Amino acid sequence: MSNRVGIEVSIAVAEAVGLCDVDVVAAYPITPQTHIVEHLADLVAEGKLDAEYIAVESEHSAISAVMGASATGGRAFTATASQGLALMHEILFAVSSLRLPVVMAVANRAVSAPINIWADLSDVMPQRDTGWVQLFAENGQEAYDLMVQAFRLAEDHRVLLPVMVNLDGFTLSHMIEPITMMERDEVRRFLPPIEPARLLDPDHPRSIGPFGAQDVYTEAKMQQEMALLRSEGVMEEIWQDFEAQFGRRYRAVESYRTGDAEVVLVTMGAVSETARAAVDEMRDQGIAVGLVRIRMWRPLPQEQLRQALEGAKVVAVLDRMLTPGGTGGTGGPVGEALRSIFYDAPVRPRIYEVVAGLGGREINRRTFKEIVRQALAGQEQVRQFTLLDVRCA
Amino acid sequence: MEAAIDTQKISMKSLPAFEALASGHRACQGCGEVLAMRLAMKALGERIIVVSATGCMEVITTPYPQTSWLVPWMHVAFENASAVGSGVAGALLALARKGRLAGGDTKIVIMGGDGGTSDIGMQSLSGALERGHDFVYLCFDNEAYMNTGIQRSSATPRCAWTTTCPLGEEQPGKQEAKKDLVGIVEKHHIPYLATATPAYPFDLMNKVRRGAQVKGPAFIHVLAPCPTGWRIPTHEVIKVARLAVQTRDYPLYEVVNGKYILGKPGKNVKPVAEYLKAQGRFKHLSENDLAAIQQEVDERFAQLQWLASRP
Repeated sequence: MSNRVGIEVSIAVAEAVGLCDVDVVAAYPITPQTHIVEHLADLVAEGKLDAEYIAVESEHSAISAVMGASATGGRAFTATASQGLALMHEILFAVSSLRLPVVMAVANRAVSAPINIWADLSDVMPQRDTGWVQLFAENGQEAYDLMVQAFRLAEDHRVLLPVMVNLDGFTLSHMIEPITMMERDEVRRFLPPIEPARLLDPDHPRSIGPFGAQDVYTEAKMQQEMALLRSEGVMEEIWQDFEAQFGRRYRAVESYRTGDAEVVLVTMGAVSETARAAVDEMRDQGIAVGLVRIRMWRPLPQEQLRQALEGAKVVAVLDRMLTPGGTGGTGGPVGEALRSIFYDAPVRPRIYEVVAGLGGREINRRTFKEIVRQALAGQEQVRQFTLLDVRCA
Repeated sequence: MEAAIDTQKISMKSLPAFEALASGHRACQGCGEVLAMRLAMKALGERIIVVSATGCMEVITTPYPQTSWLVPWMHVAFENASAVGSGVAGALLALARKGRLAGGDTKIVIMGGDGGTSDIGMQSLSGALERGHDFVYLCFDNEAYMNTGIQRSSATPRCAWTTTCPLGEEQPGKQEAKKDLVGIVEKHHIPYLATATPAYPFDLMNKVRRGAQVKGPAFIHVLAPCPTGWRIPTHEVIKVARLAVQTRDYPLYEVVNGKYILGKPGKNVKPVAEYLKAQGRFKHLSENDLAAIQQEVDERFAQLQWLASRP
C-alpha cells in the first residue's frame, strides 16, 4: 500500500527518479537544484539505485553526458536551474532534435544579473523553443508524480522527446509537503523498461547527429514538431493510466471555479496554490473569480486553454518573467500566448497582463486580489502590461 | 567477454584489413587528418563507439543521408564530445552491470580537432580525463580552424599565417606560442599519452592500439597536416609531416603511467627551417624568426629529453 509522508519536495523528486531505475545521472550543482542531485548521489552511494552518477564539470557537460547515455540505451536524468539551464541552452536543441528521451528537473530560478537565487521563470521561458516537452508542477505531489510520468512520455515511441519538469526554486523545491509515495513495483507496472529507438551499438552501426543540409533540415524539423504536437495526446493517455493505477488525475490545463467567473486568473507553477486560496477568499466576498493553471506549457494545449477561458470577460494572466522590449511592451510569454489563442476567437476576453514575482519577490493572496481588482477596474493598461509592485516605474 | 581491442602489434604483415570508413568522403585532396583517422580506426577495429566533435571530420563523413561510418558514430556539438563520451561510458557500465548490453566489450573513441580539443572542448576534455572514464581520445591537430576557413586556434604555432592572424605590418602572423596541449593532458596523470603523425603510420596505429588497451583515459595527439591551411602541395603532406618529426619540431613520444618514452632519435636531425620553408603559411619568416624558432625547438626537445631521462 502506498504511504503518505512529510518529505522535502527535492528529496521526493530524487526518490521518484530512483524508482524509475535510471541508468545514468549526470549533474552539476546549482542552487536551488542541489538537494535533488545530492539525494540521487546518496541513493547511488548507498546502493539503493543501480546507476552511474557522473559528477560532471558543468551543466553543459551534464546535458551532453545524458545525451551520450541515452543514445547508448540508458535511461538518463539530469537536473539544473537558472544559469545552469542557460548554459545548457545550446545542447537542449540537440537533445530534442536527436529525439533522445532524456528527463530533466528544473528548480526554476531567476537569471543574472543581478545574481539572484530565488524563484521566477526567467530561466525556463527562454528555453520555450528548444523542442522539449515542458511541464510545470504546482506542489510536491505533482513534482513527484510528474517525474515518473515524464519518463513514460519521453520514451513512448510516438514521442521520443526530452521532457523538462519544472518546479519553483525554494518555494516548491525546498518545501516539506505531505506526499503519497509510490512503491517500486507499482512504478515498474506503470513505467515499462526503456526500449531505445536508436542506439550506438557496434553490432548495428548507426550515425547519430550527422550534418543535414537544406534538402533535409526542414523535414527533420517538421518530424520533430509533429512528435511534439503528438505528445499532448500521448500525455493525456498516460495521465488516464496514471489515474487508473494511482487515483490522481492530471490534465494539461486545470480549471478552478471558472464556471460563472467574470475574471479568470491564469498562472503556472507553485504560485497557483496561493492563487487558489485567493480565489476562495474573493469568492467569499462575492467576486466572480476563477483560476486556470497551465501544467503543460509545451506543447501548448491551445484548444484546452481556449475552452477553459471561454466566457470570461477578463483574463488576468500572471507572467513571472519579463520579455524585454517586446513589441508594444508585451509583458511575458504566457500573456503573449493567450493573446494569440484568442486573436481569432469570435468573442475575445480582455487580457490583463501582469508581470510579478521576479527574482523571488513574494506573491501572496493579496497579490492576486490586487491583480483581480485592477483587472476588473477595467482601466487601460498603459504599456499593455503591469509590472506589479515596482518602485521605479 | 571478448576484448574490444586486438592486442597484436601492427606491422606490414599484420596490417588490419578493417576499415571503419567506407570509401568516399568529402575531405580535401591530400587531407592528412582523414588519413590519420583511417589509420587510427584500423588499429581500433569494429568494437568501438565513436563520439566526434564538430569539425572537418564530422562534416566530410556524414552529409545526411550518406555516412562514411561503418562503426557507431555520434556527433552533438563542438565543445562537448568528451562529455557525450562520458555519458556513453556511464551507460555502458550501467547496462553491462544490469545485463542489458548485448554483444562484446566496446571501446569508446572520442575525437576532435585542435579547436575542439585545446580551445572550445578543453573544459569537457579536462573533466572527462579527471573522472577517468575508459576511453581513447584522438586529437587531430592541423593547427587552425580549417573547417571554417583557416582561422587561428590556440594550437596554431608562433609566426604562422592564418586568416585571423594575417601578415600585417605590425603583427605578421600569430604572435603567441602554440598551447602545450599534450603537457596539459599529461598533468591529468592519465595512464597513456602519445604523439603521432600519419607520416609514421605503424607508429601511429600501434600507439592508438596501446592507448585503447589501457583501462581509463588514453590520449593520442596527432599532428595532421592540412594542405589547404598550411599552403602545401597535396602530394607533400606526408613529407611535411615527416619533416616535423625529423626537425624535432614535433617529437614522437609516449607517456606511460607518467614515464616519458622518447621515440628513437633520427640519425641526422634537420634544421627546423626545412620544415617551415616547405609551408606557405611560414613563407614570410625572416632569418631572425627562423633562428628564434630553432631555439624554441631545441629548448623544448632538451626538456623532453630531461623528462625521458627520469626514472
